[in-house]
Amino acid sequence: MRRPVDLDGTGHRGQRTALKTIRGLGSAKSGTDHFIKQRLTGLANAVLVVVLAVVAICLTEKPYAEAVAFVGSPWVAVPLALAFVSVAIHMKLGIQVVIEDYIHDDLARIVLVLANTFFAVAIAAVALFAIVKIMLAALGTATGVGVQ
Amino acid sequence: MVMSILHRVTGIMNVAGLVLVVGYLVALAAGPDAYVWANAIYSSWLGRIVLVAFTWSLVHHMLGGFRHFVWDTGHGTGEVRYQLSWLNLVGSILVTTALWALIVVVEAV
Repeated sequence: MRRPVDLDGTGHRGQRTALKTIRGLGSAKSGTDHFIKQRLTGLANAVLVVVLAVVAICLTEKPYAEAVAFVGSPWVAVPLALAFVSVAIHMKLGIQVVIEDYIHDDLARIVLVLANTFFAVAIAAVALFAIVKIMLAALGTATGVGVQ
Repeated sequence: MVMSILHRVTGIMNVAGLVLVVGYLVALAAGPDAYVWANAIYSSWLGRIVLVAFTWSLVHHMLGGFRHFVWDTGHGTGEVRYQLSWLNLVGSILVTTALWALIVVVEAV
């Protein structure tokens, strides 16, 4: 078990881990990548979630045709698509850490981490498909082709 | 302690919320009937309670993320960390209330 030490003498549990507790364990070789990606997507999410909130408020009380035209417009569809990709990556990394922290059985942990990865990719794929379909529906309404 | 686990809890709640958002988009993509159906579910009382909870969870997780950015710079781990916690909690409740007040006003107009 990793045991943080009080290196700065504040009495608060330090953020650093003593060298002796990690020596011999080897490196996971992807810690920094995970750390940077989690923060990068987190920053992107903070911006994109504002877009999501504005879209949600604008969609209030909108009938179908107006909702399709609104979500299908490039100014909404593109940030929305970006939001789902960024959120999916952030979610995959975050839930993976939760799984790795609490599931100690090797097999269960590997299966859950894999399932988590598949879920993140699947949810992003479904969201992107839905956005493309809404864009096509908006295009159809605008040009009079394939109007439902 | 409580705030640390809340960041994880809200993170997991956000996964459920993401499924709801994607579900709503899929309904809009599926056509007018599915859209009307989704609107009925999402604007029901239970739907509203779930959506308000999701909004709070999302805002709380975002503000918690900002706290992490502060910690990443090496600051905010002293006594000030308690103030950051309160800011996180109170801020999330205020923003959630403001957002839903806005939606209620838009609906009423």
